[in-house]
Amino acid sequence: MSLAYDTAQAAVIGTNEPFVELQGVTHTYGRDERQVMALTETDLAINSGDFIALVGPSGCGKSTILKLVSGLISASSGYVLVAGREVGAVPVRVGMAFQNPTMLPWLTLRDNVMLPLKIVQPFRAEYRSKRKTEFRDRVEALLSQVGLGGFSDKFPWQLSGGMLQRASLCRALIHEPQLLMLDEPFGALDQFTREELWAVMQDLWMSRKPTVVLVTHDLKEAAYLANRICVMQARPGRIIEDSTVPFPRPRTVEMTYSPDFVSLTHNLREQIVHASPPKKQAA
Amino acid sequence: MNAKVRRRAASIGLIIGFFLLWEFLCLAFGVRDLVLPRPSQIIITLFQRLPAIWPHAVQTIYTTLMGFGLGIVLGVMIGTLIGSSRLAYDVAYPLLVGFASTPKVAVVPIFVLWFGAGTVPAVLTAMLLCIFPIVVNVATGLATTEPELEDVMRALKASRLDILINVGLPRAMPYFFASLKVAITQAFVGTVIAETVASNRGIGNLMMIASSNFDVPLVFAGLLILAALGVSLYLIFSFIEAKTTGWTRRQDEFAVH
Repeated sequence: MSLAYDTAQAAVIGTNEPFVELQGVTHTYGRDERQVMALTETDLAINSGDFIALVGPSGCGKSTILKLVSGLISASSGYVLVAGREVGAVPVRVGMAFQNPTMLPWLTLRDNVMLPLKIVQPFRAEYRSKRKTEFRDRVEALLSQVGLGGFSDKFPWQLSGGMLQRASLCRALIHEPQLLMLDEPFGALDQFTREELWAVMQDLWMSRKPTVVLVTHDLKEAAYLANRICVMQARPGRIIEDSTVPFPRPRTVEMTYSPDFVSLTHNLREQIVHASPPKKQAA
Repeated sequence: MNAKVRRRAASIGLIIGFFLLWEFLCLAFGVRDLVLPRPSQIIITLFQRLPAIWPHAVQTIYTTLMGFGLGIVLGVMIGTLIGSSRLAYDVAYPLLVGFASTPKVAVVPIFVLWFGAGTVPAVLTAMLLCIFPIVVNVATGLATTEPELEDVMRALKASRLDILINVGLPRAMPYFFASLKVAITQAFVGTVIAETVASNRGIGNLMMIASSNFDVPLVFAGLLILAALGVSLYLIFSFIEAKTTGWTRRQDEFAVH
């Protein structure tokens, strides 16, 4: 059944057009003198099924790109194209996960993860009839894939932060999104849990191949997970460097200590430090 | 658990002690029952004249619950309207505060003018008094929905109604049920005020007539009934609150650390 749902993506894979494209996009928040330019004259093309990471200092417009691409805000100027058309014109399923897992405390894990199926077409039409059968199995399968098998009857307050973040990833993926938006999803976790979840995330991506945009502060995380890393600069926000990550998959935490990997992250760090505007006390 | 039992025992002890002290002081100083009847006299009066008091009590409960029911329906509707958008919340709030700070007793004569003395003004007064806490709590509950959660929903192309039903209203439930405890007592106050001013039935009316006949034990019996009714209604809605919104408190008790 997943074949029928993937036509929008398949249509794009057939051609050579990127799935997501930003053309000269500028975005400002606020009005008049209090205006803040979050993103300026940005071009970016993301192929279908690609995994890209946006890294950079705070205020460089990383999250703004996420919101533009998922259609939560519209650009002040320039074009945001998804599946070849203006964002929102082609119905594209989008999944999102944030630093805060934002589970609904009154629902069990299963019902929390099932929420998108209740909202998004074509699942919405079948929700009542398949809620207790097919959808339920689908949720269980996804939960066990991230190591949460047997927890689906628990409530969010009975679980740890790492478990909730796994569930949050499941909620972002349950409706088979073509586009997955991750805004620092592992930012609040401890080192070990984070590394575990990198592997989980890589598994999920490799088995489903959604187009992923990951916003992160963690360079190691970006290099572990992404195929492409875009380094961004703040005030005004723009992309200053776009590099591919050559390491083979599946990647392991061991690999992140190899000399090639370290030199890649070191290089990224250099770029970000040089791109940052001078500190206030220096000015 | 032990501390809880002890605290409860102390509370009951205090209540009993209060009435015993009252009884004792009245006896010791020879206070006449025209001024302040003793608790034992009040209870005897209550039981002796229960057949006469009972219909009034039923009328008061009926009026209160009618007003309360109307208050819930209107309160939830207005609260949802106001809470569902930031703009509506900011715009409507001053007017709401204005309504809330107007003494509702002053409205009773207007209701009497419109609908005549009787049950209708009492129901409306009860409604008017209990509506404000419900509106404010429902609106606050809706307005405090996490923006990230709203982003998740909007990215799924959820309509405003979808967000309201799946996220907003469940999230407002604890606020709503907390407001019911307050609202039911307020509705009760409204009923009794209206009955005192303009009605020929209900405990409020009974007390008015009894006091004009200098039947002071009966006045106090009415007061005792009101206190008992108020406490029971409060307890019922506290119980409902605890049953329906357990997820807000369990957090601390059972969380896995």
